[in-house]
Amino acid sequence: MARASAKPASAKKTAAAGKKPGPQKAARGRPSSSRYTEEELLGYYRDMLMIRRFEEKAGQLYGMGLIGGFCHLYIGQEAVITGVMKAAEKQDSTITSYRDHGHMLACGMDPKGVMAELTGREGGYSKGKGGSMHMFSTEANFYGGHGIVGGQVPLGTGLAFAHRYKKDNGVCYCYFGDGAVNQGQIYESFNMASLWKLPIIYIIENNKYGMGTSIERASATTELYSRGAAHGIPGKQVNGMNILDVRDAAMDAAGHARSGKGPIILEMKTYRYRGHSMSDPAKYRSKEEVQKVRSESDPIDLVKQMLLDNGFSEDRLKEIDKEVKAVVSEAATFAQDSPEPHPSELFTDVLIEA
Amino acid sequence: MPIQVLMPALSPTMTDGKLSKWLKSEGDAVAAGDAIAEIETDKATMEIEAVDDGVMGRILVAEGTEGVAVNAPIALILEDGEDASALDGVAIAPAPAKTPSVAHEQAVTVDAEINAPSPAPMESVYDGPVKNMTVREALRDAMAEEMRRNDTVFLMGEEVGQYQGAYKVSQGLLDEFGDMRVVDTPITEYGFTGLGTGAAMAGLRPIVEFMTFNFAMQAIDHIINSAAKTLYMSGGAISCPIVFRGANGAASRVAAQHSQCFASWYAHCPGLKVVAPWSGEDAKGLLKAAIRDPNPVVVLENELLYGQSFDVPESDDFVIPIGKAKIERAGADVTIVAFSIMVGVALEAAEQLAAEGIEAEVINLRSIRPLDTETIVASVKKTNRLVTLEEGWPYAGIGSEIAAQMMENAFDYLDAPVNRVCGVDVPMPYAANLEALALPKTTHVVEAAKAVCYR
Repeated sequence: MARASAKPASAKKTAAAGKKPGPQKAARGRPSSSRYTEEELLGYYRDMLMIRRFEEKAGQLYGMGLIGGFCHLYIGQEAVITGVMKAAEKQDSTITSYRDHGHMLACGMDPKGVMAELTGREGGYSKGKGGSMHMFSTEANFYGGHGIVGGQVPLGTGLAFAHRYKKDNGVCYCYFGDGAVNQGQIYESFNMASLWKLPIIYIIENNKYGMGTSIERASATTELYSRGAAHGIPGKQVNGMNILDVRDAAMDAAGHARSGKGPIILEMKTYRYRGHSMSDPAKYRSKEEVQKVRSESDPIDLVKQMLLDNGFSEDRLKEIDKEVKAVVSEAATFAQDSPEPHPSELFTDVLIEA
Repeated sequence: MPIQVLMPALSPTMTDGKLSKWLKSEGDAVAAGDAIAEIETDKATMEIEAVDDGVMGRILVAEGTEGVAVNAPIALILEDGEDASALDGVAIAPAPAKTPSVAHEQAVTVDAEINAPSPAPMESVYDGPVKNMTVREALRDAMAEEMRRNDTVFLMGEEVGQYQGAYKVSQGLLDEFGDMRVVDTPITEYGFTGLGTGAAMAGLRPIVEFMTFNFAMQAIDHIINSAAKTLYMSGGAISCPIVFRGANGAASRVAAQHSQCFASWYAHCPGLKVVAPWSGEDAKGLLKAAIRDPNPVVVLENELLYGQSFDVPESDDFVIPIGKAKIERAGADVTIVAFSIMVGVALEAAEQLAAEGIEAEVINLRSIRPLDTETIVASVKKTNRLVTLEEGWPYAGIGSEIAAQMMENAFDYLDAPVNRVCGVDVPMPYAANLEALALPKTTHVVEAAKAVCYR
């Protein structure tokens, strides 16, 4: 793993307490090769592709009626969770909203168990009782999967409180979207996290739309990295489509939080290619807008191009594609073959019997 | 083998739709992610995307076709390397069944699960030393004992530390346990309740104090959605051992926003336990049980009881089982069920009734959820008459639930309809005379008891 020596080019926006946020400029551009190793890039390629293929398969199963209810896909945003996880240590915890499949895979949860939860089967992480938005794994330190917009932010702040209380040197990565960022409970959490110097990184996945409302139409100020300023929480804006920028920002942030300096905000500028959920007609943005991001800033294409530029053969990448496809295909088969939960499960897990 | 493209379901409720437009023609190359067709549902027009690379082999449903069933094949895509001849051998499979292949045949006996009174836990009889103290001190001792016993237990809330508790319940705890374990919070119920719940998910055992439960309405999202439901939603993977406690119900002359009983709100929700102590013994034993319980427990205290004194067991091991009611006074003529401050009112009423020759049995519920139906049924089988008493509103109240349970479990033993004595169905007024009129009093209970005895 190559630790960044230089400051990431696109992560230079910072907002310190009381400072007026400067003008926005989402920088892009390919990082220099000194910032990564080939092995690392291959890992990113594989991990991001896994999320994308998994989500595409989930969309397909939804279309077949095998997945019900709400299903929020992460396609386009893969670099965010994949890059941040590079900074994570074993004891760290992760919590996010309902757009959570990618986070679970990145935390090391089994694609079979995740897919089987989507289909509502016994083999799912929550035995089929949680569904797309509600999966957890104490082994992976993944604490959900929460369906109420913003609800995971105080909960994540509580995970950070527990890290401090237990003195386990852990950090909580708490993800939420640009839609959640206007919720009151976010600021109640910011206040306590800063007041008590809790080890937490608030990662705002700014994909520009809270459901169908663009950030400009929902937020009085759109520089989300500066939302902690009133509570003395520093923030950075990061090109969330470039995994190396994400990684570098996450490493810096984890260092900050782990060293007892308190919370920090990372605003990841990202984009979701699909609708808010499966039943989103996407009338609020143009096809051209989506197509432009897909063709110019796709996080997986970026890594792929870097690998090809480094002399990696197309065939070798195709091998990885195949491996990934096989894993996803196996997960889909498992998710369809796993039986529905036994009716007796209706009454279990309501309370722990002492 | 060509890939079948099926009519997708684009919303949780869609059963069929119109194939309004093909965006690819037969023979066109298709890449994963390419939009291939537009589908019109009752709500919107949406595109469907190819999930594999290949060549559009055959279109099976012409554009403009309405009422295309979800899962019906609409096109065939040739995989890399396949030519058109591969299309000929394809049998168009009917839409795959939506239900999984393995179905369980057992019917679920919901009625039996809900209606049967579950046996209440046994209460061990305490015969050790007691000490006279206030309810406030009993609650404090309960917390202190449990904090000494388990260092993951901590207290958080407004003014619990330096101020020593808005109602002095946490007096002395900061000095003994320090500010890591006695945490003064900002006045932000939503945030700190979520924070406490997250800490519980991570394995700590928080006691979240609400100055009063009126303010917990701002936090009820986390109490229900985050604390009560997570064990179930996670299939048992994540537990949430947390206590939510504080003053509930009417205090005195604080008007509508600060005078409300939340018993039926919380008792309504599976995944929570709800207890409501009356005496000092209840306060200590139930709070200790709540702290030790692996589930989220709501402890509804009462401000007016904080200063009342009772004999309280001194032992650190004294714990009252949650789900077990206590018969405070035995009687054969009528059963009066009450909880929290109303237990005192019921006992006063029983005294007056005794003077008139009616022996009332007074049951102190202690737990609202789970409810000790067994004890109430046993009493009704003896007295054949039941009065419920609560400070809260009648509509969908605890009395309503008990009345329903008795209809289901003791109908044949009732000699009179259950009579509910409740707070008046209005927001709490401020004026002293009106406030007094809004709350149940001893005379109401006496009248109700006489009514069910037809006297």
